Amino acid sequence: MTVKRSAPPVALALSLALALGGCGGEADSAVDQVAGRAGEKPAYGDTFIEAMTGNISGLIPNVLTDSASFDVGSMIYSGLVTRDRDLNIVGELAESWKFSKDCLDLTFNLRKNVRWHDGRPFTAADVVFTYETMINPKTPTAYREDFKAVEAVREVDPHTLHIRYKQPYAKALQSWGTWMLPKHVLEPYVREGRLREAPQNRSNPVGTGAYRFGEWKPGEKVVLVANADYFEGRPYLSRVVYRIIPSQATIFLELKAKGVDSAGLTALQFKRQTEYPAFRKAYSKYQYPANAYTYLGFNHKDPRFADRRVRQAIAHAISKHELIDGVLLGLGREATGPYKPGTWAYTSKVKTYPHGMAKARELLAAAGWTEKNADGLLVNKQGHPFAFELLTNQGNDERKKVAEIVQATLKELGIQVDIRVIEWASFLKEYIKKRRFEAIILGWGIGLDPDQYEIWHSSKTGPDELNHISYANPEVDALLEQGRKSCVQEERKAYYHRLQEILAEDQPIIFLYFRDALPVVSSRVRGVVPGPNGLRYNFNEWYVPKHLQRYTSG
Amino acid sequence: MVCLALLAVLAPVIAPWDPNRPDVKKILDAPSGVHPLGTDQLGRDVLSRMFYGARVSLAVGFVSVGIASLIGIVLGATAGYHGGVVDATIMRLVDLMLVFPRLFLLLAVLAFLRPSIWTIMAVIGLTGWMGVARLVRAEFLALKEREFVVWSESIGASAFRIVWRHILPNAMAPVLVAMTLGIPAAILTESGLSFLGLGVQPPHASWGNILNEGKDAIEIGWWLSVYPGLAILVTVLSYNLFGEGIRDALDPRLRQSAGRIVTRR
Amino acid sequence: MFLYALRRLLLAIPLLIGITFISFLVIHLAPGTPGEIQTGDLSIQSDKEIQKLLIELYDLDKPLHVQYGKWLTRIVRLDFGKSFSPDARPVLQKIGERLPVTLLLNIVEMLIIVVLAVPIGVGSATRQYSMFDKVTTVFVFVGFATPDFWLALLLMILFGVQLGWLPISGLRSLNWEYLSFWQQQWDFAGHLLLPILVATFGGLAGFSRYMRQSMLEVVRQDYIQSARAKGLPERVVIGKHALRNAMLPIVTVLGLSLPGLIGGSIIVESIFAIPGMGQLMVQAVFERDYPVIMGNLVIVSTLTLVANLLADVTYSFVDPRIRVGARRGRR
Repeated sequence: MTVKRSAPPVALALSLALALGGCGGEADSAVDQVAGRAGEKPAYGDTFIEAMTGNISGLIPNVLTDSASFDVGSMIYSGLVTRDRDLNIVGELAESWKFSKDCLDLTFNLRKNVRWHDGRPFTAADVVFTYETMINPKTPTAYREDFKAVEAVREVDPHTLHIRYKQPYAKALQSWGTWMLPKHVLEPYVREGRLREAPQNRSNPVGTGAYRFGEWKPGEKVVLVANADYFEGRPYLSRVVYRIIPSQATIFLELKAKGVDSAGLTALQFKRQTEYPAFRKAYSKYQYPANAYTYLGFNHKDPRFADRRVRQAIAHAISKHELIDGVLLGLGREATGPYKPGTWAYTSKVKTYPHGMAKARELLAAAGWTEKNADGLLVNKQGHPFAFELLTNQGNDERKKVAEIVQATLKELGIQVDIRVIEWASFLKEYIKKRRFEAIILGWGIGLDPDQYEIWHSSKTGPDELNHISYANPEVDALLEQGRKSCVQEERKAYYHRLQEILAEDQPIIFLYFRDALPVVSSRVRGVVPGPNGLRYNFNEWYVPKHLQRYTSG
Repeated sequence: MVCLALLAVLAPVIAPWDPNRPDVKKILDAPSGVHPLGTDQLGRDVLSRMFYGARVSLAVGFVSVGIASLIGIVLGATAGYHGGVVDATIMRLVDLMLVFPRLFLLLAVLAFLRPSIWTIMAVIGLTGWMGVARLVRAEFLALKEREFVVWSESIGASAFRIVWRHILPNAMAPVLVAMTLGIPAAILTESGLSFLGLGVQPPHASWGNILNEGKDAIEIGWWLSVYPGLAILVTVLSYNLFGEGIRDALDPRLRQSAGRIVTRR
Repeated sequence: MFLYALRRLLLAIPLLIGITFISFLVIHLAPGTPGEIQTGDLSIQSDKEIQKLLIELYDLDKPLHVQYGKWLTRIVRLDFGKSFSPDARPVLQKIGERLPVTLLLNIVEMLIIVVLAVPIGVGSATRQYSMFDKVTTVFVFVGFATPDFWLALLLMILFGVQLGWLPISGLRSLNWEYLSFWQQQWDFAGHLLLPILVATFGGLAGFSRYMRQSMLEVVRQDYIQSARAKGLPERVVIGKHALRNAMLPIVTVLGLSLPGLIGGSIIVESIFAIPGMGQLMVQAVFERDYPVIMGNLVIVSTLTLVANLLADVTYSFVDPRIRVGARRGRR
């Protein structure tokens, strides 16, 4: 295999310049990237270089928890189902399925020509094995929850599977998108509870995905190679290399020097550092809402914040617009609830809190905060000033900035805010789990299914559980319970719409914003079609036309 | 150096803008007439932040290095002068502290105490004396065998007097260097600590954390990295001159060196 | 002297145990356990059971001295145990992957610094207050006060992006496996050039200032005057007589630096994407990966004790009047 970048550095720069200048032209815009110029045919070949800020911790994502491992794992393994561009569930390893009317019986018909990377055929036995692995108490996985709802899994024949649920479970279908593991390779390790120590977690994992394992140099890179036997046909891009580069600043420089082909940009980089012609020519920039929102959370055990008027007052005081401009340079959108605009569960028909200091003061006064002391701070009847500590975790510049803006805003109102930034592990252990906080700035990642039982239900307020603000609302509880028991989308939609209405009214937390994801991709790549599911759902269809390929390979 | 101290003390009076008030319309403005040093990532005036930051950084720099040097000198002198068991014990303590996982101590402190400028100074000071101690000890080991020490002892001078009047002034040289180097190190350590969460909390400024925050905007916000760096450099250089001046004044041998002592400012 | 060294070595063993035990305790002071961290990312699905599982797996529920005891029995067999992070790889393997690069970087850096700092220090001392002295002082301090990352990024932009002469980050090019042996070494050197430059520039200040200070002291001594009076060329005076006596603080600083050789600068490593010990250790701290941290601690402690012993012994060679370990009063 020859790679064009082989010569010593100076020659490299020259040859690269010649190569790019000499042969063909580069894409002129994102339009080219999507449609391809007329006459371009999908071609096999080339290497795609990605940048990752974190190391992967292993090659069997089921027992890992970091997103880097999931990204790489999703190329190597497949699930029974996956999501398409518009976030609809479509089959991957499953050809079709049937869900009974009462949502209790699920039958999968699996594809018949799928092989594991070592050549053995994929069968229903592997699915049963994966299920048993996930529920095995000796397996250190964090994603067991969905499978606990299953009553039994039965292999009907090598390509048909029948699953019975104890109760109707909304996330049932989605949960089978988890990575399928090979029984013939991993069974002994699972039995002994040593799945993490299996050699496939370090090297040569066996999956059914579009890419096979090439190499993993810990701390340096991960290399994946196209799977010629992939059941949907060989992916066009021959190799994918993940370069591990911890510093965002360095990734950006590598991008400029064409050392990586794709990276996520920060708001600053997107807006102010990538607008020059050379960059726009070499890369296509994308912008779409990411699946995470940032919020200001209150501890409802604190009597000041237990009063809804106080929370609503703060909601009026904070200008989300200012936050988005200040922290994201405008590259985000306001959040009114825990669902992303554009998803089926989202509704915009909820109470909103337009920025207004007068309204905020009114509400605070109604809650008993009328007097101000000599320092300009609001005081209650006992003369105690309204002051609280706002905590957030170290390592997240965005949240720190949000805290600083909130602090300045509330100062105007007469509330003193002291910011404290705490290292993550300590933060979790000493403050979140012990509920030793007054207010926090954190974020939630949005799952693909709208069920958010774990966060809002009043039963989930134990120390290791996710309702750490100690919120309790019986109507919300009921809606959450019903929502997760149905498998009919229309029904669930009604529940979740009502949920958003209540949450907006109650403001248990102040939903601040959804930031935008800001990826760029080298303009020589074709087939990139952004949609609600982001960019990567169709990675297997991306290609680089022959004349633009930079790294020729076999 | 005096100028710097003055600036720091007068900060609230002379700073033109509120150093902590974000203004999202002015994010990362370049230096201009209105904002002579530019604005930072939240639109705050850098000049004002530098003034306020001076108070924090200079305090941290001088006090923590002061604490560390004090501990180091005392322990190093004791070890070097007495030798034997005392020396051995103190040196093993030094070994322990060198290996000590400072980060964990910090995390523990951070989790249980409220971070304030005093905790930072204490932590940096209490964990940074080992170098000075070893340097002083080495000097003492050498110096105590010298003629003037032997003479003093034979006349019956007390240990304290010998140490204080004779050995210590001669041993100070490397200590001064250590202090000069220690001050910027302490300032930068503080910024590292605030990165971790122990240190001045946002929105308060210190030179170190202006630098830190400016890391992501190097290309388009060079002023966030250059000015604090310059400030630290000036502090170090001026302290260096100051230290040299003191040493020149104290060192008896230099006084005798003919024609070489130029009265410096 | 030999007896002294022997005594020190014997003492080292209980000392190591003491040091590691105290450190072990301190490490556990920081709140948070690896299990909690792995499952505590507040994602929508987290499981109490996995935490319990990890706690049992790692013996985290046993009292501290028991945990320490178990660790100790394994260490004496040179079994460093397995990492607590999800990849569960042996600690020695993880350290072993990163140590060579860090060592290489540090040793090269140290050599360059010593080679440059000694002449600078000597030169400044002999020409005190001259132009040379002033310029080098400023230069050295500029190096010290400049933030590492700033310099690093600047150099990367200049040499990597604008001129394209050097690679920006990483240890090797992507096609390293396909290069010839010499091309590989060249490639490697190219990748390490900038990091070494950045590290050296910052570290030059320390050594040269100590050197200068020390030389200033020594040069005023009487025996230097007498050597000059004897008519010896200045070169010999400085090079042979003065230098040797000025080495004392240098030995100290070198001794202090030895254990630091296996530590990496997290900043330089992150910026240049070099997988070294700095990143490993910082990550281990945040993940509360105790076996890795303790493994590193053992190595560092051993090195520290050895380095201090060497430094003490060297003092006597450098300045024969020093008798380390001699009690005061015994002449």
